[in-house]
Amino acid sequence: MRVVIVGAGQVGSSIAADLAGTHEVTVIDCDPERVEELNYSLDVLGVTGDGTSVSTLEEAGIEDVDMVIASTDNDETNIVVCSTVKAISEAFTIARVKNTEYLRTWERSKRAFGVDFMVCTNLLAAESIVRMIGLPAARDVDPFAGGQVQMAEFEVDADSPVADQSVAEADRFDSLTFVAILRNGCVEIVRGDTVIKPQDRVVVIGSPGSVQEFARSVAPEESPGTAEEVVIVGGSEIGYHVARLLEDRDFQPRLVERDGDRARDLAERLPKTVVMESDATDIEFLEREHIGDADVVVSTLDSDEKNLLVSLLAERMGVERTIAIIDTAEYVDLFETVGVDVGVSPRGVVAEEISRFTQEGDAENVALIESDKAEVLEIEVDAESILAGRPIQESAGDLPDGVVIGAITREREFITPRGDTVVEIGDHVVVFADIDVVDEVTARL
Amino acid sequence: MSVTLRVDTRASLSLVGSVLKYLAVPLCIPLVVALYYGETVVPFLATMALTVAVGIALERLDPDPDLRAREGFLMVALTWLSVALVGAVPYLIEAHGLPPIAAATHPESTLANPANALFEAMSGFTTTGATVLGDISFESHTRSIMLWRQLTQWLGGMGIVVLAVAILPELSVGGAQLMDAEAPGPGIEKLTPRIAETARALWGAYLGITLLEIILLYSLSVTGIDPAMTLYNAVAHGLTTMPTGGFSPESRSIEAFSAAAQWIIIPFMIAAGTNFALFWHVLSGEPKRLVRDAEFKFYLGVLGTFTALLAAVLFTGGFAATAPAGGTYDAAYLESLSTAIAGQAEPAIRHALFQAAAIVTTTGYASLDFNAWGPAAKGILLFGIFVGGSAGSTGGAVKIVRWYVILKAVRRELFTTAHPEAVRPIRLGGNPIDERALRGIYAFTFLYLAIFVLAAVLFFLDAQRVGLSVSVLEVVSTSATAIGNVGPAFGQFGPMGGYLSLSEPSKLLFVFLMWTGRLEIFPVLVLLMPEYWQR
Repeated sequence: MRVVIVGAGQVGSSIAADLAGTHEVTVIDCDPERVEELNYSLDVLGVTGDGTSVSTLEEAGIEDVDMVIASTDNDETNIVVCSTVKAISEAFTIARVKNTEYLRTWERSKRAFGVDFMVCTNLLAAESIVRMIGLPAARDVDPFAGGQVQMAEFEVDADSPVADQSVAEADRFDSLTFVAILRNGCVEIVRGDTVIKPQDRVVVIGSPGSVQEFARSVAPEESPGTAEEVVIVGGSEIGYHVARLLEDRDFQPRLVERDGDRARDLAERLPKTVVMESDATDIEFLEREHIGDADVVVSTLDSDEKNLLVSLLAERMGVERTIAIIDTAEYVDLFETVGVDVGVSPRGVVAEEISRFTQEGDAENVALIESDKAEVLEIEVDAESILAGRPIQESAGDLPDGVVIGAITREREFITPRGDTVVEIGDHVVVFADIDVVDEVTARL
Repeated sequence: MSVTLRVDTRASLSLVGSVLKYLAVPLCIPLVVALYYGETVVPFLATMALTVAVGIALERLDPDPDLRAREGFLMVALTWLSVALVGAVPYLIEAHGLPPIAAATHPESTLANPANALFEAMSGFTTTGATVLGDISFESHTRSIMLWRQLTQWLGGMGIVVLAVAILPELSVGGAQLMDAEAPGPGIEKLTPRIAETARALWGAYLGITLLEIILLYSLSVTGIDPAMTLYNAVAHGLTTMPTGGFSPESRSIEAFSAAAQWIIIPFMIAAGTNFALFWHVLSGEPKRLVRDAEFKFYLGVLGTFTALLAAVLFTGGFAATAPAGGTYDAAYLESLSTAIAGQAEPAIRHALFQAAAIVTTTGYASLDFNAWGPAAKGILLFGIFVGGSAGSTGGAVKIVRWYVILKAVRRELFTTAHPEAVRPIRLGGNPIDERALRGIYAFTFLYLAIFVLAAVLFFLDAQRVGLSVSVLEVVSTSATAIGNVGPAFGQFGPMGGYLSLSEPSKLLFVFLMWTGRLEIFPVLVLLMPEYWQR
């Protein structure tokens, strides 16, 4: 597939890097130095120019392009790029925006602005944080089949009850499938006799209820549902959306913002949140407000260093879990080693979201495991699928190794896949696949 | 030393002139009534001639008035003062005649005194309902004069300036600010892009509801349920319910009518204390706005609380122990009230609800002489005087919305004492209120109470000076009722009494209180600041 990415900023270059291996990627940016740099660092074609002008787009070969991703730092530019592309070609257009108002407009009329798919960076990052607050022990949670199915990644501590148990022993849940273990950065497909070791990350797919129950057995003291005390540090747009989404889920979060005017603005927009105007590194303030008693502290300040500092302070004061926004994706691992429980990279989240449109076949929804070591796909089964009309144990033989069918939904009902389960046309199947076999799997299913 | 005025007084006066000129139109109504009853038309014809002449003369001062914020305050304050002055003229002509053209029809009228005539006119236009008529009957006044008295309240209710904005094209630009200065409550709600249309919508709803009430009241006499509610009485009371006025051509106010009439008037009093913008929303197909409105819910809650307390007190026999000598009621009346109400559910609830609505909305009608109530019921009613109607209603006093906001602000203070860093906007029905607006609400409420206290002290001193015997309750309640545009107070100034016994200085003090109270203090007080005129 030929992909044009407009805007070689952080997100643009990251997507370019993700796609460069499998697709023909052209990057447009108005900064010649950045284009020059990309030309050398990635296997992509760089074009210098204004992505909103037809001549630049033509220079990038817009006539034969399948997809255009507008990913500059300016919402309006991204929208104009998509409109311009739609006016002169048939390419699929993806726009990245920060302002949720544009997203709302687009959701009303999916043809608005000539944008075929719109991703809102701040909202996506906030959504992924909120999902993790609902599942305390989880490192990563992704919803599938309209929320009927969840994929979750849990880290197993040495003192966790499931540590050193075999998968068969740990799997006491009806509608839950163990699909993989991430050990030392490698993905292992699990069997019944696989033993879960401390520091492993377990990937499970199942109904939201069973995922919650499993979370409780992984880390009983951090049992989900009691994570009522959420403190958000930093009133950035991501912080605002986290608070707003938590309000929708009947949480009453507290939000700490240093700037008085911004705090007032947030307090006006967040009726159920207690907004406080203070510096979150003021230890006296943190003690006076008993921040240490909070179950979760989410730091959404504008710099990675400050987020790290706040998370470490919170950890020290006795906060059970810390979640931090980390803009520089490379730091995520480092920060998680130092003491941040979960690092969320907005860039990574956006790249993950956009990459689902680069998937061929019928994949509707994709989650990346460990950046790019494996994928979880949601597929609607059609007549040509090898799964259609057959029990799973029969079709499994036709599938490559490294593939696990995690869950099935039929007419919005959850079905636990067993060997004798017959998959019907129209079912939604959530599949875990090793990155090496993803293309093969998507073609066959 | 010459002081340069920085206020374009000519522009303000010119616009006051435009309003005065149009005052001739409503004067046609009592004129027609006078013709119908075969009474003299001189008071109205003369007043029409006067108001048109003065109006045109003032208009000449500035043929192209340019209205800005300061001129707006002056124009609104002066308009109210001058309509009251003009409104007093028919009373004076009735008492003095117009020599050599006409003789006086009722030379014995108490309104022969100019201070009394001005008091009655100001009390009418500001919808207070306090009276110095003394003897309220058709013996001492013509029917047309009594109707003019009712009509002044109807004109003042929705606001003379609002009416002017609705009609006069030259007020379209500064109109929103003018309406803001006149309309009750903090800030106005523009219902339509054009302010003149908003003003027309408000007056339309006002007129419609008034007509509905007149029809319902008149139907009582047509069906024979209440023969006392003649067409004249139906119109007269229709004209003073919706403006939360309280004038009645009956000396016993609403007590003169049956329970059915009282039940009909109750919902209209409650409607009069409701924000008229809500009616507009309901009529334009958004009935949910009514139940969603935080102020409206609070308003009903306050009314319900007052009613429940009063009903409980009355039901358990909370009446005065004995009738005082020289009071507004005698032992026989007290006896008849307590047998009719104590232990009787319907009368207890009806009178409690009627009186709670009449006082809280600042209408000031009376379904009985509440002087005969015991201290508990009177005390509860006294606090009702300070509540007031909703913003954007015709009610006076502090206004429900201000109390609601102040209560929330106090709660916030308590919260921020425990959590000093917390940032908590005050919300009104989900919408955050600007801190500046909040300061305005504090300042208004403080000023309101300060003026109330100051007026009470002045009244005490004046009563001492002229040797008028007054009780503390009488002084406190009259001062509160005048600035709140409520009307009846307690004791000799109660619903069946009047303000005739006041000295002239006290009457003028009350005229000032009614005037400032109706315009919500700031437009009048700002005129007293040197900074307003100079810088």
